Amino acid sequence: MATVDIDLPHVKDHDHDPHHHGPAKGIGRWLFTTNHKDIGSMYLIFSLCMFLIGGLMALIIRAELFQPGLQLVEPEFFNQMTTMHGLIMVFGAVMPAFVGLANWMIPMMIGAPDMALPRMNNWSFWILPFAFLILLSSLFMEGGAPNFGWTFYAPLSTTYGPPSTTYFIFGVHIMGISSIMGAINIIATILNLRAPGMTLMKMPLFVWTWLITAFLLIAVMPVLAGVVTMMLMDIHFGTSFFNAAGGGDPVLFQHIFWFFGHPEVYIMILPAFGIISEIIPTFARKRLFGYPSMVYAVASIALLSFIVWAHHMFTVGMPLVGEVFFMFATMLIAVPTGVKVFNWVATMFRGSMTFETPMLFALAFVVLFTIGGFSGLMLAIAPVDFQYHDTYFVVAHFHYVLVPGAVFGIMAGVYYWLPKWTGHVLNESLGKFHFWMSFVGVNITFFPMHFVGLAGMPRRIPDYALQFADFNSIASVGAFIFGLSQLIFVYNIIHNARVGEKATAQVWDGAHGLEWTVPSPAPYHTFSTPPKVD
Amino acid sequence: MTKAMMALGLSLASSSALADWQVNLNQGVTEISRDIFDLHMLIFWICVVIGVGVFGVMFYSIFMHRKSKGAQAAHFHENTTVEVVWTVIPFVILIGMAIPATGTLMDMYDTSEADVDIQITGYQWKWRYQYLDEEIDFFSNLSTPREEIYNEAGKNPNYLLEVDNPLVIPAGKKVRFLITANDVIHSWWVPHFAVKKDAIPGFINESWVRVDEPGVYRGQCTELCGKDHGFMPVVVEVKPQAEYDAWVAAQRAKKAALAEAASQSYSVDELIAMGEGVLSTGHAPPVMR
Repeated sequence: MATVDIDLPHVKDHDHDPHHHGPAKGIGRWLFTTNHKDIGSMYLIFSLCMFLIGGLMALIIRAELFQPGLQLVEPEFFNQMTTMHGLIMVFGAVMPAFVGLANWMIPMMIGAPDMALPRMNNWSFWILPFAFLILLSSLFMEGGAPNFGWTFYAPLSTTYGPPSTTYFIFGVHIMGISSIMGAINIIATILNLRAPGMTLMKMPLFVWTWLITAFLLIAVMPVLAGVVTMMLMDIHFGTSFFNAAGGGDPVLFQHIFWFFGHPEVYIMILPAFGIISEIIPTFARKRLFGYPSMVYAVASIALLSFIVWAHHMFTVGMPLVGEVFFMFATMLIAVPTGVKVFNWVATMFRGSMTFETPMLFALAFVVLFTIGGFSGLMLAIAPVDFQYHDTYFVVAHFHYVLVPGAVFGIMAGVYYWLPKWTGHVLNESLGKFHFWMSFVGVNITFFPMHFVGLAGMPRRIPDYALQFADFNSIASVGAFIFGLSQLIFVYNIIHNARVGEKATAQVWDGAHGLEWTVPSPAPYHTFSTPPKVD
Repeated sequence: MTKAMMALGLSLASSSALADWQVNLNQGVTEISRDIFDLHMLIFWICVVIGVGVFGVMFYSIFMHRKSKGAQAAHFHENTTVEVVWTVIPFVILIGMAIPATGTLMDMYDTSEADVDIQITGYQWKWRYQYLDEEIDFFSNLSTPREEIYNEAGKNPNYLLEVDNPLVIPAGKKVRFLITANDVIHSWWVPHFAVKKDAIPGFINESWVRVDEPGVYRGQCTELCGKDHGFMPVVVEVKPQAEYDAWVAAQRAKKAALAEAASQSYSVDELIAMGEGVLSTGHAPPVMR
């Protein structure tokens, strides 16, 4: 066990080590901090900013699509918006939010004093704002921002890409380095800093899901780095990896991209599974049903995620045997995913439930993520995918798993743990108001997209045929409801986190786990002496 | 300002009059499109049944097992039998689903013994159709006027789904498509045929269709291909064999006339007159500025 008891009385008598007295003062605290709580907060605030910027771009898209015809933006700019919206939400909002939650919670959940590699922790956060400054600055460059979709398929992104593509590649490299360092840190922390008695199969599920996610990150972020480097070579150094005229293969790009991209999908959902698995038992006042099978389900989803990538490519002209393999492998994922949903429902069954804001978000997660899972199962059926592929049905599917899936999971986690972070209880009525507005908004936005997709509307188009008009108007109205209701969230966490009622240590009466044994707000340093877990 | 308001009113009126509330896939007009539709409905109903079961239990718990009703939490937290059952049952359902799906897939991949071969090439942002046996070769551009796109005129019913030269194929014949691209990746899709195949530069993909019902079928490019990705529709006219033959003959005659005209010499005035004709037919893509 690497944990060493350094919290000796005589150390406290000296002033030269400010870390034992709380945070440093001023901006230096944030620039030079190695404290997991500070770094967690910075990740979360950064993620919230990106969520709002990416959301603004989504609203520009939905405003343009409110009715047929080109009203507000030109197709060039529309494509930049779809691209940047996707990149910012995936790499700027969802992933850093989970890393922020991991920073805050993993040490407190396993009884560790901090992350295992605190200086690297600081660096992995601080390069992130620069990656996104580079990416966002491309909006103001000649030729505009990247406009080839967040999947940046070659040769549209290489031979035919705007000059800013090089900046985009540099940005992706920095994000990748940040993610890999974050993942190394999380694995090192979980494997080395658990309190005595905290065996692997006693770890909270949030810790388990993050351990597995971190391995996924280490496995696939280098692949992403590789594919963007090959793009860089094609653009500037005369190679032809993806250029058919030079003997390359544009489809090779897609294979490499999705070998990264599919595990990436699970990187964005597994930690949410963990959060939901913490929240439902708390508010059902009943132990999580089937803990071991939950762990095995997450692990098998992670393993399967490496052999399903080409289900994103059913229409590229793969050989028949490839289609069949990827169809079967993809359908297999439904089994462990189903186990998770069944276990959550079995946890609620014969519980003693209450419905505070975190629980509302968790319940909505279970229902709406499952709907996204159903459409995912439909998309897995290769012959039918020829009709769904690259239509709004796909847009509906992945927004159902990412917005009421990943994003609701993050929000549930924030509502659940924020009292522990700030020491103040959030305003319940405001939280519930935020929940219901988001719930209604999200469904009005994304449910009609199933319909227009099935009716034949392709994705990533700035203008559409008349038969798609009505559902598009409805979706746009929903998007503005959802977007504006996030201001309630911002207000609630900023305002009430300061002035709300004082929180107790346990905060929620059904909550169990080490994080609820420390006072609220959690002291700047927790578990300097490892707790004993039995 | 008034003009803009009028255009807005016009577009609103036309869109609400013509829009519909279609919520499902089209059954389509080919055997394969109908097979796909059936698979789609099958998997949909499987999802509905599972969903009703899972959400049923969940909402039952939400209403019955709540603290405000005095519910006491039970203490069970595992049950091996139940867990094995709900792992095995989905697995069996999925196998049952995958078998017919594989059959349909095999039919879709059987491009042998075609009666007509047509090469389809995607360009930024138009389609080129080459009939390999007939020496017919033409481009197909969006024909929606830019006034309609910029809301300066009312939108016609086929807004964005109309082209100058549609692809023409014979009814009841197996038509094989050889699909490729000249610049970036495009994807050629006609929903009623359930044919969607990526057009990839340097590679040739195959697909096929046999349509018994003559008519006009419309689709779009479905792979983001740059600025005017939303403005390169696919229109296919399926004609009875006799009409198709007549069309082929007419295309050949047109080609012969062109070849004839190309070998003539013209005066400057004649050339100017012909040039005006080309410009006013609007062969420049309408959205380009």
